[in-house]
Amino acid sequence: MRRPSLLGVLLATSVISLAALPTVQRELSTDEQAIHVLNRLAFGPRPGDVERVKAIGVDRWIAQQLDPRSIRNDANERLIADAFPSVRLTASRLFEEAPPPNVIRRQARRQGDTVLTRADSMMLRSAAREARAVVGDVIGARVARSLASERQLEEVMVDFWLNHFTVFAGKNVVRYYLVDYEREAIRPYALGRFRDLLGAVAQSPAMLLYLDNAQSVADSTRPTLGGRFGQGVRGRTGLRGRLARRPQAAARLDSLRARMPRGLNENYARELLELHTLGVDGGYSQQDVIEVARSLTGWTVPGARRGADGFRFVPMLHDAGEKRVLGHRLAAGRGIEDGEDVLDLLCNHPSTARHIARKLAIRFVSDTPPSQLVDRAAATFTRTHGDIREVVRTIITSEEFFSRAAYRAKVKSPFEVVVSALRALGASPDTTPRTAGAVALLGQPIYGHQAPNGWPETGEAWLNTGAILNRINFALAAAAGRMPGASARAWAGDSIARLSRDRQIDIVVEQLLGGRASSATREILATGRNPLLDRAASDNMQDTTTSDTAGDMLGLERPNAARRAGFGTPPKLTGVAELVGLALGSPEFQRR
Amino acid sequence: MGTGRRAFVKSGALALVTMGLSPSFLRRTAFAMDLPKTKRGKVLICLFQRGAADALNMIVPHGEQAYYAMRPTIAIPRPQRGNDQTSVDLDGFFGLHPSLAPLERLYRDGVLAPIHAVGSPSATRSHFDAQDYMESGTPDLKSTPDGWLNRYLATHGTCEACAANAVESPFRAVAMTSQMPRIFEGPAATVAMASLGEFTVRADGDAAARLEALYRTGEADLVHGAGREMFEAVKLLKTANPQRYQPDNGADYPRSQFGQRLREIAQLIKSDVGLEIAFADVGGWDTHVNQGGATGQLAARLRDFAQSIAALVTDLGPRMSDVLIMSMTEFGRMASQNGNGGTDHGHAGAMFVLGGSVKGGRVLGKWPGLQREQLFEGRDLALTTDFRSVFAEVVSKHLGGEKLDKIFPGFAAHRLDWLGVL
Repeated sequence: MRRPSLLGVLLATSVISLAALPTVQRELSTDEQAIHVLNRLAFGPRPGDVERVKAIGVDRWIAQQLDPRSIRNDANERLIADAFPSVRLTASRLFEEAPPPNVIRRQARRQGDTVLTRADSMMLRSAAREARAVVGDVIGARVARSLASERQLEEVMVDFWLNHFTVFAGKNVVRYYLVDYEREAIRPYALGRFRDLLGAVAQSPAMLLYLDNAQSVADSTRPTLGGRFGQGVRGRTGLRGRLARRPQAAARLDSLRARMPRGLNENYARELLELHTLGVDGGYSQQDVIEVARSLTGWTVPGARRGADGFRFVPMLHDAGEKRVLGHRLAAGRGIEDGEDVLDLLCNHPSTARHIARKLAIRFVSDTPPSQLVDRAAATFTRTHGDIREVVRTIITSEEFFSRAAYRAKVKSPFEVVVSALRALGASPDTTPRTAGAVALLGQPIYGHQAPNGWPETGEAWLNTGAILNRINFALAAAAGRMPGASARAWAGDSIARLSRDRQIDIVVEQLLGGRASSATREILATGRNPLLDRAASDNMQDTTTSDTAGDMLGLERPNAARRAGFGTPPKLTGVAELVGLALGSPEFQRR
Repeated sequence: MGTGRRAFVKSGALALVTMGLSPSFLRRTAFAMDLPKTKRGKVLICLFQRGAADALNMIVPHGEQAYYAMRPTIAIPRPQRGNDQTSVDLDGFFGLHPSLAPLERLYRDGVLAPIHAVGSPSATRSHFDAQDYMESGTPDLKSTPDGWLNRYLATHGTCEACAANAVESPFRAVAMTSQMPRIFEGPAATVAMASLGEFTVRADGDAAARLEALYRTGEADLVHGAGREMFEAVKLLKTANPQRYQPDNGADYPRSQFGQRLREIAQLIKSDVGLEIAFADVGGWDTHVNQGGATGQLAARLRDFAQSIAALVTDLGPRMSDVLIMSMTEFGRMASQNGNGGTDHGHAGAMFVLGGSVKGGRVLGKWPGLQREQLFEGRDLALTTDFRSVFAEVVSKHLGGEKLDKIFPGFAAHRLDWLGVL
């Protein structure tokens, strides 16, 4: 037998790597592969997308999506910047344009304006509304981008990381820093290096404020790099005596003191280890949490309450003592390097590789991803020093990804339901926060998760009784043209309306359900009868709804996007629109 | 329901067992077999005053000289018989804000217990953090993923009869809010709805029936199972006939959103759909500016609050022997008024506990005093009762909850510290 020449081997390998040819037979047909990648690496197919992916080739399409800069998207970016102008602004500009009411009050007080009239109160209330509306642009832009961007995998990754590094819009001034968070900390690194992403998040005002690291300072027993913090206020004798004669001023001083940071705050350190990097069983102790918190003291946002822009390291607040983190010694007397070293340690830890690999496999493959796949993805993470693009590539080009078991195995999150339905209808982006409000009504308000663990990546949590009802009602509302930019009639066009019911059903099943519908489903669409039951369920549902009060008291500091977003009175659905409503509300559409 | 479908669902559930799917899903599927009206059980109604209600003007310490010194323009005057602009005396030291007068009768009847100087031990003055802690039940611990009411639901089975059939009412825990509140989040099934009328498939004609059929094609996966469960729940609620509800005993609910939501909670209770925990919230308590005294902004909020609760109690009548209403707010407000005729964020707050089995007719909680050295950080009402000790006592004595260490982890729920609310 002739040995193959070295040149031949080289050529063969380079061809394989260029074309990223599958090395094993995939279980899915070409059509299924195209649908699968559009459901997992994108927010569902738009009309014609399946054909487009097939024309490009599934593997080449994946390679393009992994390299977002190779895909033109200028028109969409312009559209979004025009529709949601605040996505270009800095936090301080946003703060200036719509300051929180307590800042207005403070200014008034400082100017000696203590008697507030009824008109002042009304002004303050409208200021409060505007301050809340700051969130509207941010969440509206999130939906619009996910809907329209040609760089779909990038949007999926932004969604993934925003959830992994979740922050809550309703906490104090966090809302002013959301634009900055998504634009500066998340998006640039969504397919970049994990260390860069982690570092950008650790220094983002949104995260520093959300998990309180901004107010974590060296305990009073610890040395700092610039004297003891707060000594000035404590040191002045006689002040108390003078203040005793001026009770208002004394109250103000007490107020000031009560707001002053009082020592170590472990919140960010704990979540950094448990949620962001190592994982809950990642092999760290409570002492590690404390030591990490000490390392990160002084990482703060001075003046955040006044809308100041950025991260700063404040040596005076930093605990300069020696620390031991995960068995590594950090010498005394250092500054910001303590925190940077901790982030390095965490990124290089095998638990982090496994934690991130597993979570990505759950997002892309299934709720119970095969452990060999997780192992390989974790190995890629370690080998590439946390190159997210390569970890994702390992997962989405794998045999397991294209397996029969993974096909349609994921339940869509509410965000995915809404965006994929609108994409299926070929909708244009909504330039109002209304669609984002629909996402909230389905149970997943954007930037609205209070606890730091983020929304679930697995299916069961999304399928409670109220949530599935709202999914169905959203589908009916979308089919009835109640969601801006989307319309079943526009989707169908005149040509479909003239076809026979059978042909219409064929098209709806193919275009909206990826060709997947049992004969029972087809018959229900056609006749309304369920062949598996002895009688139709039609007598069960008589709608007598009159109420339309989805607008709700969301609590003082919660995003108010859902307020205007009820699904309205019951729509009348006939013909193709009814078929569309049924398809989008069907069990099949809840999967991806 | 025809027996054919029941048999089918049952065999579907069995098939799942052989496939090795999770028992929780088996319960969900089995649920579709039967939805009997549940036996009357104990009901807990939690009301959250979001925004930090001013405890000192709700339950007025009119016996404290310092109260009047610190609040020159917004203090509620000492009680004067026949003057409805003064506090309503309770015990010679405390009085109710005049807007809370509808609750006075309940106090005299011994079923209402105001609790003073109660709240979270956390020193935070952030609404977000404090609400988060009150709902997670773990002050100063951010990572708790679930709410304490959900942990109760998850650790405590429903009534014995229901448990025997492995049937759980979909309306065991209902939040009358458009989004699921933190306090309800967690593994146990809970429902959030802005109104009863909204809990329906919103379509004219036969689209709703066809959708139901799509979820009843016999596939036994998670999505179909959850869908069937939902359609059962919608039907169950329809049989409770919410559209034609008439309150009993001439109960007159305010037209406000809060009043209407309490009215719907009464409907749910009386329709015996298995409600055990209800939740509603009401805002408008963040009174930094022009708070008012006996009249004004806070007075208006309190009037709506008291009239709504009084109507609920009237409506429920004898059912109140099984019902307990508990109000909470994330913290109290500063003892001194501020420069804008309002009050800034403070520390300890106040709660109301109301129900047939409440040992009321007295103001509970140790009173810490309002002298400067008695105040928390020299400015706020000090805390003498951890809110978890009230929650724990209610969960234990009213609902029969046993696993208090699971519901309030890290909190030593010593029965000796309980106030004796029940």
